[in-house]
Formats: sequence, structure tokens, C-alpha cells
Amino acid sequence: MPELLLLILISLLKGGLVLGLVVLPGAVVSVYYERKVSAWIQHRIGPNRTGPFGILQPFADVAKLLLKEDIIPTDANKGFHFFAPLIAVTTAVAAFAVTPFGNYIMVGTTRIDLAVAPNINVALLYVFGVGSVAVYGITFAGWSSSNKFSLLGGLRSASQMISYELCMGLSVIGVIMMAGSLNLNDIVKNQADLKWNLFFQPLGFIVFFVAGFAETNRAPFDLPEAEPELVGGYHTEYSGMKFGMFFLAEYGHMVASAAMTTTLFLGGWQLPIPASVLAPIGLVEGSIVLGLLQFGTFFAKIAVMCFVFIWVRWSLPRFRYDQLMNLGWRVMMPLALVNIILTTIVMAFLR
Amino acid sequence: MISLYLPIVGTIIVGVLFGVVMMKLHEVLGPRRANNEKLSTYESGMEPISSVKDRHSVKFYLVAMLFILFDIEIVFMYPWAVQFKHLGAQGVIAMILFMVMLFVGFIYIVRKGALEWD
Repeated sequence: MPELLLLILISLLKGGLVLGLVVLPGAVVSVYYERKVSAWIQHRIGPNRTGPFGILQPFADVAKLLLKEDIIPTDANKGFHFFAPLIAVTTAVAAFAVTPFGNYIMVGTTRIDLAVAPNINVALLYVFGVGSVAVYGITFAGWSSSNKFSLLGGLRSASQMISYELCMGLSVIGVIMMAGSLNLNDIVKNQADLKWNLFFQPLGFIVFFVAGFAETNRAPFDLPEAEPELVGGYHTEYSGMKFGMFFLAEYGHMVASAAMTTTLFLGGWQLPIPASVLAPIGLVEGSIVLGLLQFGTFFAKIAVMCFVFIWVRWSLPRFRYDQLMNLGWRVMMPLALVNIILTTIVMAFLR
Repeated sequence: MISLYLPIVGTIIVGVLFGVVMMKLHEVLGPRRANNEKLSTYESGMEPISSVKDRHSVKFYLVAMLFILFDIEIVFMYPWAVQFKHLGAQGVIAMILFMVMLFVGFIYIVRKGALEWD
């Protein structure tokens, strides 16, 4: 039994590492990033009082949220009211459990994979599963608050997320066909030497990326929290850190969505330089320098994708709900089906 | 086998712990000056009227039902997509037939107006 105990300890440590090194810094940086980029887009200055260039702003936000009064409405269902933000934040963290941050590095003779759970053969299904559970967090929040605005926000969010999940599920089938695996590491390895799926699956990429906006409830698809009509949407009745958990989860999901787009379509941790150029200068598979470079490349790609997320949010107006559902069912889904048929035909002819 | 999947469980446990600790910390640190007005349901400053457990547009339920139908069909495609390279011409024809049937069902739904939001 001591081996099992050690395994459990290592698993918890890995979970802690991914939370402390990826999810929290990712969310904190993207909160600051969003404020600065939006300020830049709107010709404002943005946060500049807390620390140099306002970089301590996210920490000031956390301190403020922690010190606010915790309000649970008398009509609310207390259990689910507590449970909902917990589901939201857990799914945001859990999505990173299978993301490959890099290939592997050799320290002496021990092989260290740069991922929490590196060789899960159903990794992509797991990611979609976690995405489905995230719907519950928002729906419970809307339902348990006993508030009309919250309930409408929760219903809208559930319908929107499940509709776009179909498009998302269909759009990656082309990628799976090309890689012949659901293992994210295999999918990334299949995109070596700049053979990114983006170039072979442009239609799939567009559908996946648009569905990513709807899945994370971000503008132009932020109907569940549309301020002019629904006050705060599903988190109207949440205060302090419980609201903060939804806020954190939104940014966590944004980073997770960017990470998934990168992994599936933008070559994941692959450097934009062919391995035949890297090998002669000592950057062979397993070397620590290459591992760190892959790690850096992955996060640079995520930063670019997050920038696009923020850019879109501050440039486009919000959709109307019927337009949103029409786009999802009548445009995105047929497009995803066409993408599968095209991929099938082209791959069958090339064979 | 179990060592492959344990890190996922570990990550989920860490996520839950993080959420619980932050929310409990907030409950401890925050002030408590509750009153009836503050704890009543928010309705833009008005007295709340009628119950939330009212009737809602049937469209939301319809979307949920259609989701289940289509999601199951998509799940059928995943094993096919993984094995696509080894299946040959028969696999291509079978899946194109399947997709045509899926598309006929989809057109039926659209024609019936199940996706009309007004």
C-alpha cells in the first residue's frame, strides 16, 4: 500500500502544481491583460495605481472580494448556492489536467512528462466531458438564486453551451481523423514541422474557435450575463469571493479554451522551427532547454489566442438570443458536417 | 493503469479544495451586517412579484432534447474518426450514409420550426 499512497501524494502535488503554476497565474495575468488591452483599445490608461503599471491590480481585486460581505438571499437554495461557484472553478482547473504543456525532459535517466496526466488515450473526450460539467455550475447558480434574472441567465447559458458543444464536438472530428488518436500528445506530435492542423482544417478551426467563445460565455456571446437585460445574469445574487469564483472560472475557461485551440489547431507545444534544424544545435528530444522552449512556445501561443479573445470582446456588439441560436444550429453545425465530409473525401483520395 | 488516471483525480481534488478554502475564507473575513432588505431577492429595487418557479419558454427544453439526440450521434463518430485510416472504402461509405441520415433529421427539425426563436 505505501506505493499507492505515494502515487496519491504525487497526484495531489501535480494538481497543486498545475493550479499554482498554470491556472492561477493564467487567470491573474489574463485579468490584468484584459484590462490593459481594453484600455488600449478604448484610448484609456487602464489600471496604473497598484504597483508599477498597475500589475498588482488582480491581487487588490482578490483582497477586496475577500473582505466583502457574504450575502445569501433568504429564498435561495443554500446548498446549491454554495455548490455552483465550486463547480465552476473546479471545472476550470480540471480542464488543464490533460493539456500537454511540452513533450518531456530527461533528468538523468528519469523521464518527466510536461503534463499532469500525459498519456490519457481519451483525453479529448475528457476535455469535452469537463466542458459539459461546467454547464451545471452556471445552471445551478441561476436556479438556486430564486431570482428571475439569474434563472433566465442560467437557462440561456445552458441552452447556448449545449448547442455550441455540438458544433465543437463535430469540428474536431477532422483533427481526430488526421491524427488517428484522441490522445492530445499524439495530436500535437502529428503537427510537427509546421504541419499545423490550422492549415489543413481551416473550416474546423473557425467553427471550433467561434464555439469556444460561446462555451466560455464571452462577448459577443455573453447573453447569460447581458447587463442591459439581465442585471448580472446568473451571478446577480452572488457577492464577494463567491462572485470572484465565477470571475476566476470565466478567465480560467478562457485560458483553457485558448490552450485547447492551440493544442488541436496551432501545433500545441511544437516550435515553429523544424526538428531537423533544431537537432544539430543540440536541441534534441528530452533536453531540458528544448523542454523549456516548448513550454514557452505553448504559453506564447496561448497569450496570442487570449489576445484575440479580448480583442473580439471589445470590438463586437452582443448578439440577440435568436441570432445566437440560429448561428449555432443553422450555420455552425452544417459547416462542421461539411468539414467532416470534405476531410473524408480528401483523405480517401490521397490514400 | 491507475497511475495514469490518478493525477486527474488529484487535480480535481485540488480544484475543489481551492474553491472551498477561498469561499470559507470569504465567509470568515467578510463583515456580517445582514438585514431583511439586503437578504431579499434582488429585483431592481422593486418588491419581488410572483414566483420564479413560473413557466418558461418550451424552446429551452426542446434545445436540451435535440442536444441529447445529436450528441449521441456525434459520439458514434469518434471511434470511427480514430480508426478512419484503417477502415478503407467501406468505412467511408458507411459514415457518409450515416451523415446523410443525420442531415435528413436535421433538415426535418429545421423545417418543423423547432429552432425558431421569436
